[in-house]
Amino acid sequence: MSLRASVRAFPTLLRVGFADAVAYRAEMLVWVLATTMPLVQLALWTAVAADGPVGRYGQREFTAYFLATFIVRQITGSWIFYEISFEVRNGTLSMRLLRPVHPLLAYAAEGVAAMPMRFAVSIPVAIVAFVAVGRSAMTRDPVTWCLWTASIAGAWLITLLVNLIIGCMSFFVESSTKLMDAWLVFYFVLSGYLIPVDLFPRGLHALVEWLPFRYQIGLSVELVTGAYDHDRGRALALLARQWGWVLVALAATGAVWRRGLRQFAAYGG
Amino acid sequence: MIVVRDLRKHYRVHERPPGVAAAFRSLFRRAYKDVAAVDGISFAIASGERVGFLGPNGAGKTTTLKVLAGLLHPTSGEVDVDGHDPRRREDAFLKKIMLVLGQKQQLLWDLPPSETFELNRAVYDVPRAQFAETMGELSELLELGDLVKKPARTLSLGERMKCELAAALVHRPKVLFLDEPTIGLDVSMQATVRDFVERYNQRYGATLILTSHYMEDVARLCPRVIVIDHGKLAYDGTLEELVARIRPDKRIVLRFARPVDASDLAAFGRVVRHGAGESVLDVHKEDVNRVVGQALAQLPVSDLTVENPPLEEVMSELFARGRTAAARTESRSPGPLEAAEGSTR
Repeated sequence: MSLRASVRAFPTLLRVGFADAVAYRAEMLVWVLATTMPLVQLALWTAVAADGPVGRYGQREFTAYFLATFIVRQITGSWIFYEISFEVRNGTLSMRLLRPVHPLLAYAAEGVAAMPMRFAVSIPVAIVAFVAVGRSAMTRDPVTWCLWTASIAGAWLITLLVNLIIGCMSFFVESSTKLMDAWLVFYFVLSGYLIPVDLFPRGLHALVEWLPFRYQIGLSVELVTGAYDHDRGRALALLARQWGWVLVALAATGAVWRRGLRQFAAYGG
Repeated sequence: MIVVRDLRKHYRVHERPPGVAAAFRSLFRRAYKDVAAVDGISFAIASGERVGFLGPNGAGKTTTLKVLAGLLHPTSGEVDVDGHDPRRREDAFLKKIMLVLGQKQQLLWDLPPSETFELNRAVYDVPRAQFAETMGELSELLELGDLVKKPARTLSLGERMKCELAAALVHRPKVLFLDEPTIGLDVSMQATVRDFVERYNQRYGATLILTSHYMEDVARLCPRVIVIDHGKLAYDGTLEELVARIRPDKRIVLRFARPVDASDLAAFGRVVRHGAGESVLDVHKEDVNRVVGQALAQLPVSDLTVENPPLEEVMSELFARGRTAAARTESRSPGPLEAAEGSTR
């Protein structure tokens, strides 16, 4: 299927995807409520920091960190693996394959289309964060804000591509949802979602820098909370690693999709 | 338009007996079996033809349709659909065809069908003027009315199928594959779908391949039928000829002015059913005139009709012969008509 035809259809895919997201607004609200773990962590860590800072984090820094974590998760989240897994297993993927638009692009469009609904949730929290911790807890460096924007795009792409890869694993295994469960265990622990990664022991911290999880959440949160305001070189190095993971995930997605589709074409349809 | 040569589609399927022990063993040693879903069939279909695929469950009809639509890759053989190799799934090919699966849907479940139509307009790159004209026609022919504004999940099965057909035809496909399009629909809705499909074929000259378990669909829509059984092509020709070969009998329905004993009817033909006021006989077609004359002369007949045996019965007999033949010579696996002396073209 040609990329040009897919790109031409993209605005309509977005519009219809948005209509679908609106139809699922109640489900999305439940998802938002289910992703309030950073707020629980906020309460926990600010209590811990009441007696003095933990690493570079005092109460105000923890508040900024976990509110930013909540917002980054809202913006970059994706559960498209579930839809792919379902469609592969019950065969409705066939209906997508009959259309002259690449199914992975259609899935990605659905993810992008859901963003306005997520922004609707994130923006009030961002306002609360701004009021609660003040402007000084967030970066004021315009270049860092640009890097943050790139890191958000990278984080969203890694999360989306991991979803596509795990969804496509349904071509080979009975159910790929358990694979996502396993991924989420590492994601929650190593991404900075529950604990800032710079509080990890040195060895684990060094390892985490080479794994993809941190680039799904932690990097964006660290950038927006000003962790690299005085070390732009490190920020760029981390951003480069994040986009390296984007490329790796992109190549893996293509490979799993092509191989999976051969399997689908060979056995099921 | 469509040329299929020696098409084979074999699956390798995992097999294990029931029970916990077998499940545990299959963790370490999995047994596989090769299944020939389609086993060397060939046919050609001209542009604008309407062809029915017939066969029992698991015969290979849907597999063949999916290969023609590019969803399944053949194990071997050649397939050409209007100059395209379906497995490449090129844009130009996908814009020419559509496969409607009666048991799968493309409508967006929580949105009105109009959103699916609009989505298809965009992905098939249909000009807006043509889209408006097509939707106007489809709405009229399928009596869509306000259905297109209601969420798909709130529509009845029949209403959904009408919208599925409309969504499938937004880009005016030249080749339409219909797999059980009337399954689960009531008689009236089946007739609506049949009428619509026939009109679409006539209006756009589209080539049509249909599978259905409802013989009325096939009888009404398809001058030509292809019978597939055990993955092999068992017959390719007209439905009338097929019926004549399988069941050369005619069915005579007799209504009586006063009760008649069943024993009095046996001399006229094979008694299929005997009731107080009505009896049904099967008579060889060569004997119909003679038997009708004798019945009118010798029995208190108030009404008499001569008709073909019901298609369901004919097909049931055809498939039963196929099962018997396959069981008898598993290695050779002839088609049912081979067992019934028929030939293929």
